[in-house]
Amino acid sequence: MSDQEDAIVIQELTKSFDAVLAVDRLSVSVHAGEIFGLLGPNGAGKTTTIRMLSALIGPTSGRAWVAGYEVGKQNQEIRSTVGILTESPGMYDQLSAERNLSFFGEMYEVADLPAQVERYLRMLGLWERRFEPVGTFSKGMRQKLAIARALLHEPKVLFLDEPTSGLDPEAALLVRQFIAELREEGRTIVLCTHNLDEADRLCDRIAVFKSNLLALDTPNALRRKLFGRKVVFHLVTAKPDLAEFVKQHPFVQSVEVVDNKLIVGLDDPESQNPLLINGLVQAGAEIQFVGEVRQRLEDVYMQLVNA
Amino acid sequence: MRKIWILVRKEWAEVFKNRFVLFTTAFLPLLFAVLPLVIMYATGNYASDINDLASTSDVPPEFMELCVGLDGSGCMQYFLVSQFMLLFMMVPMIIPVTFASYSIVGEKSTRTLEPLLATPIKTIELLTGKALAATIPAVLATWLSFLIFAIGAFILATSPGVVGKILDALWLTAIIVVGPLLAIFGVTIAVMISSRVNDPRVAEQVSALFVLPLVGLFVAQSLGLIYLNAQLILWMAVILIVLDTGMFAFATQLFQRETILTRWK
Ligand SMILES: Nc1ncnc2c1ncn2[C@@H]1O[C@H](COP(=O)(O)OP(=O)(O)OP(=O)(O)O)[C@@H](O)[C@H]1O
Ligand SMILES: [Mg+2]
Repeated sequence: MSDQEDAIVIQELTKSFDAVLAVDRLSVSVHAGEIFGLLGPNGAGKTTTIRMLSALIGPTSGRAWVAGYEVGKQNQEIRSTVGILTESPGMYDQLSAERNLSFFGEMYEVADLPAQVERYLRMLGLWERRFEPVGTFSKGMRQKLAIARALLHEPKVLFLDEPTSGLDPEAALLVRQFIAELREEGRTIVLCTHNLDEADRLCDRIAVFKSNLLALDTPNALRRKLFGRKVVFHLVTAKPDLAEFVKQHPFVQSVEVVDNKLIVGLDDPESQNPLLINGLVQAGAEIQFVGEVRQRLEDVYMQLVNA
Repeated sequence: MRKIWILVRKEWAEVFKNRFVLFTTAFLPLLFAVLPLVIMYATGNYASDINDLASTSDVPPEFMELCVGLDGSGCMQYFLVSQFMLLFMMVPMIIPVTFASYSIVGEKSTRTLEPLLATPIKTIELLTGKALAATIPAVLATWLSFLIFAIGAFILATSPGVVGKILDALWLTAIIVVGPLLAIFGVTIAVMISSRVNDPRVAEQVSALFVLPLVGLFVAQSLGLIYLNAQLILWMAVILIVLDTGMFAFATQLFQRETILTRWK
């Protein structure tokens, strides 16, 4: 059975649709209370995985536990415990936003339903338009309503399949802040997204995934593993002999000169930076700024997916 | 079980937003209430002597035996109206077919089926809710029309004996018990088809293809009912209860959540 600390345990989970192997022996654990990013190209099997974990479809083989309940054996318990933002935010178009939410809320047996509906409609900025039929809503408004639907019953485990797709920058920011708040409340969140910047900012750990697991770690660890760490020295003028000087240090892994910057590969900048700075100043360099180069998660992702 | 009612209310909220649906639900039963009344009115002074009627063979001789205690025009009224009673029994089966055939595949095509199946609703609750949402309005509309007809019959009948015959226990059983059972039968078939196809239009066509011949079959079979047979109608009720239960259990077995969500061809 699952570990106390793990909200989701997945063992060799596999799903095939006729000829297509959508998920291939996936094994990971999602810790309780973390935001777990599920990243991967189109058709990688992210939605399929989420559907299996929320007891919508059954695995072809392998096992999984969600909040302690086993997929395929305790589906009813899983359905009442998890919240899911489905990939397409289907709503009853003729019904009002409020009626849509109260219907799903009743299905989840939400206590104090009107208050919950009001809370989430207000939070997502739809309160003023609660009596309008959802058919008249814009794509982003529907998306927000679907997020509200996933949260009404205060699920312990939340699956979000591309929550910010179709949202304007302001709304996307709101939703991201919102997701971060949900973690503060101790919920476990599995987040599928194609927005790598979003994954970088929100996720505690990221699984890069294409039918099977390509990599799994914190965003920073993934960066470090793939690219090492790099420190940039902004100089007034970057003379070539300064690069030569830096290279002489045995702990320096690489040096690049770009315009008036020296980009230095280091494994432990915290202890190695002071030495380099001292040396550079003595060698006549005029240092303007020193900083760490943050490799974009996009580069990490590209490297992993195209490997 | 509470979830069934929640689903029924949602279905009604959705579909009765549309006035046209209200109209089509009420139209057929109302027609069947008004037509026999018109006929009763028209045959009001057909023939006063029951023996005159017997000699015309307008009414089959077997039926004549049922006219005990009625005069000629009373017997004629009773004969004609009886045929409409059969239709009264059948309408609840016809009206909800379209609605029911949309029930599952409709949710699929609007992409609401996935969030709905993600909630802790049991398959049997889902199907019962869908079936009841289609059946209840049709049955209520029919009963209401029957009430209108009964009141009209009181006013138009040439002799009180006619009303007594029309509203006897047999016909009341047919309309209050057999009608709804027939409706459930048709609706279950339509819901079953709705959970096997990928296109609402196909569901409607196929359901009509299945249910309408059934209606015809029942009408043909029930022509015998005109010659009043309490036993026959009770048997019909019993058989329908068994059939309905069996069909519904079958529909629940046939309902594969995953297949419905993922099959598109
Ligand atoms: N119902 C289905 N029938 C057949 N194949 C399917 C079905 N659903 C998914 N697949 C296949 O499974 C694979 C994974 O699909 P899935 O929707 O899980 O990808 P995804 O990672 O969510 O992609 P995206 O980023 O585009 O949302 C794809 O090859 C897809 O074609
Ligand atoms: Mg997807």
